[in-house]
Amino acid sequence: MTDLADLTLSEATSGLQGGEMTAVELLEAVHRRATMTEAQLHAYLNIDRPGAARAAVAADSALGKGAAVSKLTGIPVALKDNLVTRGLETTCSSKILAGYLPPYDATVVGRLREAGSVIVGKTNLDEFAMGSSTENSAYGTSRNPWNPERVPGGSSGGSAAAVAVGSALAALGSDTGGSIRQPASLCGIVGMKPTYGLVSRYGLIAFASSLDQIGPLTRTVTDSVTVLEALAGYDPADSTSHPGAVPDFRAGLERGVAGLRIGVVSELSGEGIDPQVQAAVARMVTSLEGEGAKVTEVSLPSFEYALSAYYLIAPAECSANLARFDGVRYGLRRDGDTVEEMMANTRAEGFGPEVTRRILLGTYALSAGYYDAFYGQAQRVRTLILNDFDSAYGQVDVLVSPTSPTTAFEVGARATDPLAMYMSDVCTIPSNLSGHPGISVPVGLDDAGLPIGFQVMAPALGEEVLFQVAAEVERIAGFSERPALANSRADI
Amino acid sequence: MKFEPVIGIETHVELTTASKMFCGCPVEFGAPPNTNVCPVCLGLPGALPVVNHTAVEYAMKIGLGLQCEIAPHSVFSRKNYFYPDMPKNYQISQYDLPLCIDGYIDIETDEGSARVGITRVHMEEDTGKSTHLGAGGRIGAGSQTLLDFNRAGVPLMEIVSEPDLRSAVQARAYAEEVRGVVKRLGVSDVKLEEGSMRFDANISLRPEGASTFGTKVEVKNMNSLRSVQRALEYEIKRQAAVLEAGEEVVQETRHWNEEDGTTAAMRSKEEAFDYRYFPEPDLVPIAVDEAWRSEVASGLPELPAQARERYRAQGLEPTTAGLLSREVDLGRVFEDAVGAGADARTVANWLTGEVTAWLRKESLLLPDSHLDGAALAELEAMVGAGDLSATAAKDVLGGVLSGEGRPAEVAESRDLIQVSDSASLEPAVDAVLAANSDAFEKLKSGDHKVMGFLIGQVMRSTGGKADPAAVTRIINERAG
Repeated sequence: MTDLADLTLSEATSGLQGGEMTAVELLEAVHRRATMTEAQLHAYLNIDRPGAARAAVAADSALGKGAAVSKLTGIPVALKDNLVTRGLETTCSSKILAGYLPPYDATVVGRLREAGSVIVGKTNLDEFAMGSSTENSAYGTSRNPWNPERVPGGSSGGSAAAVAVGSALAALGSDTGGSIRQPASLCGIVGMKPTYGLVSRYGLIAFASSLDQIGPLTRTVTDSVTVLEALAGYDPADSTSHPGAVPDFRAGLERGVAGLRIGVVSELSGEGIDPQVQAAVARMVTSLEGEGAKVTEVSLPSFEYALSAYYLIAPAECSANLARFDGVRYGLRRDGDTVEEMMANTRAEGFGPEVTRRILLGTYALSAGYYDAFYGQAQRVRTLILNDFDSAYGQVDVLVSPTSPTTAFEVGARATDPLAMYMSDVCTIPSNLSGHPGISVPVGLDDAGLPIGFQVMAPALGEEVLFQVAAEVERIAGFSERPALANSRADI
Repeated sequence: MKFEPVIGIETHVELTTASKMFCGCPVEFGAPPNTNVCPVCLGLPGALPVVNHTAVEYAMKIGLGLQCEIAPHSVFSRKNYFYPDMPKNYQISQYDLPLCIDGYIDIETDEGSARVGITRVHMEEDTGKSTHLGAGGRIGAGSQTLLDFNRAGVPLMEIVSEPDLRSAVQARAYAEEVRGVVKRLGVSDVKLEEGSMRFDANISLRPEGASTFGTKVEVKNMNSLRSVQRALEYEIKRQAAVLEAGEEVVQETRHWNEEDGTTAAMRSKEEAFDYRYFPEPDLVPIAVDEAWRSEVASGLPELPAQARERYRAQGLEPTTAGLLSREVDLGRVFEDAVGAGADARTVANWLTGEVTAWLRKESLLLPDSHLDGAALAELEAMVGAGDLSATAAKDVLGGVLSGEGRPAEVAESRDLIQVSDSASLEPAVDAVLAANSDAFEKLKSGDHKVMGFLIGQVMRSTGGKADPAAVTRIINERAG
């Protein structure tokens, strides 16, 4: 008998709606999986057993009555802990928010609840989503379910590890420079960053407002579509929310890639990319061509500056976004003789080294006399990147690349070298700067048995073609391996 | 050496929109602390701002009222600095692309008329309020600080003038005129004492005839129109003394102290903040097309300058016309009274004199009193008909203001109706002439200086009700 924790979201939806199982049973399976894996993985900061149990019972009641239900009714979903949840501790993996109980739900959390999903708990992340390994969490590093010596990626590493191991059937993450796609790649699951504005940011604790976007982490492309369908759509509480129609995410899933024009980004191949990753991506491109896609190599020269621009814009925005954590109204407070001293003491103790580094970088980049050379210049690079994307999308329908230059690295390997860590996001950052959608789909394992992710990028609101290509990549790859930890059976 | 002051004024105006600038919380003065708050105006993690459309329209009205251009594309920015009553530790404001630019207003003082440029009008959010317990109320000195965030996020407009003002009197006139414009637009209650309108001044001195500016000082905490003038008069003297002593003015922010009438240094240029402005990524730019602009423009009421012209044409003095044009409530009653046939100058003088004094004494606003244009017209007609003396009319006015009734009723009940018919007055006049025969003899021999004395005696004996004109006529008849 299959352990229910190993079901994909779609399989679980069928099972729940077909009366083959209950939401309570499904939740119990997920809880058992968590119980067996958390000691090693530490995917969660906080598992809300009572809240989830209530939601599961309510879901069963709705399912039993034959009331209107959604594909997410009764589905256990994990939330990255930078999404605020009413009455449920939300810390951003930072000491500065220890014990913080938000008085409201993020828009996406509300939408998941309305859809009947069961919130399992809050997952670990790099503090304030700043990092690519979850090693920057103030509450301990999450581990990769494929090999607990390795990082799960980040910053949505807890969400990725939970979905990969089966302690949630889906999870939400946030992606500012690759924080959904990179951990999905390292954990062998599907991670998707929607077009900027498609999903409301209201209730996402901001890292870099102009780059942050919430998206799903799931086992399959179809599941990614299902979750995104529940999340996407205009929210009057977010001024940057897209007011127009939401694309039809599902329309292209069965369409294949025949006739589609696929561009391979030359700047994201070769140098700096692990040879095994490079080879897996090349094999997939060849297969797509075999399925009738027209493949060309496309150059986007401004990508060379993307990382530098990102590390000015993101810290600049974060330096303002994180100013509110001052000990005055909520969270940690460390007293001082004056109010300034109290704020300084609170922030010095509350923020970890990476967050402090970025606040300082951003403060410097915005300072009088430096603004134009740093922040101003970075914004001009951003425009160049957008122009490069626009001209590329004049020639091709989608762009493809590796998601991450390497597979999961060892815990501690890059912890003392910020620049090496920053390189983890070199393939994903351009889509954040342009606001375009991107998705990572697992295509195989390297010699060390670690997953390799394949990235598809599309123009703004091009989710239909994005999912169309991603579904075909998934079908071709036929990736069905499960991480070793997921095989710790509940019924032993 | 003679110095010329160069003054520019920044005016902050809280708007009376129903809700705050970036959230739905009510804008309300005097509510219990921290009751009009939500995740957005408390700066809670994850909350995002949404622009209040009405606040933008109010800001456009102010811009149009100050003859500004409305920018088709304007942008909010973050102004970064740490302060405990500012929830996000940045203020959402406008920086390089404000909503309104390049306007002006005309002012008139005893020194003549002048046109004052308006550099810009921009939108921002107000901060909360700190109350420091103990030790003089200054931050850092007390042991505890209480925070009230009801005001946090209230729409605030900043109106920045060009450095076109050349005296403290002009500065006050400018402040009065801006207040008048905003008041007529009905977008703020412009109460200086409650802080819904606040003025800061930048002032420097330069030798007369010089074309470059001297070192400027920013003066804050001027809580009345009078203190704008007093603070700047003080600062002009202070800076002149510094310069005459051969020293240099220090660039700094100074705090006006109303009690002792001086300014004191608050912080120097070195301590000034680097606000690290950058475009607010949580908001999209504000686009104002011509249709929206002209819709708002067509809804503008008459501005003080236009009203002042009309009042001048009705024969009012410049000062009176100016006051009635700025104090829109007075202006409205004035116009109603004149419309009902009253003499413009008489009514205007009552409004700017007795009525204003009474309101100030009672701490009331005109709409809170019982006076209207019809009552003023009735009162003026009674004076014209000789039924009331000018003195009695002022008495009656007080009764009408405090709700004792219509002018005729008040005059009646206070027994102030003037007696002017000869038959009633002659016995009283004759009695006075008999009792003061010396004076009467002097009058008859051509000494007209005693006339006033005799009239006064009759007024006294009639309890002030006699018509002085009629009394004069009868005395002259008796004197032959």
